[in-house]
Amino acid sequence: MVTKNFQILAVFSLLSILAVGGGTAVLPEMKHLTIEAHPWLTDAEFRDIYSLGQLAPGPNMLMVVVIGFHIAGIAGAMLAFFGFFLPSGLITWGTSRVWDHFEKSPWRECLQKALAPVIVGLMAAGLIAIARTTISNELTIVIAVSTFVLLYFGRKINPALLIIGGGIVGVFFLR
Amino acid sequence: MSNSDVQPAEEKAATPSKSLRGRASLWEIFITFLFIGGTSFGGGVVAYLRNSLVTTKAWLDEDEFMSALEISQALPGLNATNMSVIVGDRLYGPIGALIAFAGMTLPGVIIVLLLAAFYMDNSHNVYVTGMLKGVGAASVGVLLAVTLQIGRKQLEHTLDLCLIVLTLVLISILKVSLILVLITIIPLAMFFYRPNAPKRAKLASRDVEISGNH
Repeated sequence: MVTKNFQILAVFSLLSILAVGGGTAVLPEMKHLTIEAHPWLTDAEFRDIYSLGQLAPGPNMLMVVVIGFHIAGIAGAMLAFFGFFLPSGLITWGTSRVWDHFEKSPWRECLQKALAPVIVGLMAAGLIAIARTTISNELTIVIAVSTFVLLYFGRKINPALLIIGGGIVGVFFLR
Repeated sequence: MSNSDVQPAEEKAATPSKSLRGRASLWEIFITFLFIGGTSFGGGVVAYLRNSLVTTKAWLDEDEFMSALEISQALPGLNATNMSVIVGDRLYGPIGALIAFAGMTLPGVIIVLLLAAFYMDNSHNVYVTGMLKGVGAASVGVLLAVTLQIGRKQLEHTLDLCLIVLTLVLISILKVSLILVLITIIPLAMFFYRPNAPKRAKLASRDVEISGNH
């Protein structure tokens, strides 16, 4: 039990530090660590928990709380939460205080320009990781594509409405 | 709304550049971030933050907001929580950072735990799993739109496109671990974008040629 709790804290702290480019960027690694490296989740559970996380407001990666809860109850939920948010939060807090000293450094622009494409690549990899578990038949393709088209080419639709729309279609046609 | 936009610009001259101390009480900070954390759905949290912090509350002007966002994006962690830590710290020091972070995450954590408890009891219910499958599929569409919106500029730039494809291939196809990808690709990308890189002008002109051929 103690070992398991420690593993939860270790896994999510590692993910926290690696989360350059936000939550989506660590999804492939999170999937690997929670399904393959540790026997915590099945592929279907990961998909369900990811989807649950999409239904909650606020930061996009609160699914980590559900993963922790699934593994080890409330203690697991708290360990996953603090593991995932505390290390990056402390790094951000410390760095933001010294950041201004580098305001005129040419390396700041260098870092930003270098990170931009890496972040897009990591997000695309996260997208593929999620698509691999969620896209299972023709209807899921139709839901994903129509959501994309409405969001990308439509006029300022709230993505939350489309997520709920996908859920409603799922209740009737994906059971 | 538009009147309050003018205020911080005047204050800015009097206060030291990055400290925003004295603009908000702890309670105001908590309630404001609680509201953002409880109402921002679908990942578009930056828009909610800007609307609340810059437009409604006028605690930050657009430049201060962008400076905080720039730090949030360059560091590990989510934009939503990193922004709460930075803005909370600048408004009220370390306690402000903690309070803003708590407000940002509290509504979502409570709701996601309630959903989790419901899911554990109903994980074999076909209506519940059907609903989650639909949500998952829709979220792929959302992620694709968000990724393209963020990456639009990079996808048209040859060097950036190469770095995107390289990162993607390493992670999605070759299954290289994230830590290894980060410690190799970021320095590589920084090398290409290093200050006063002699090849930069050539690369840029080649980009123009290539895009001109299309």
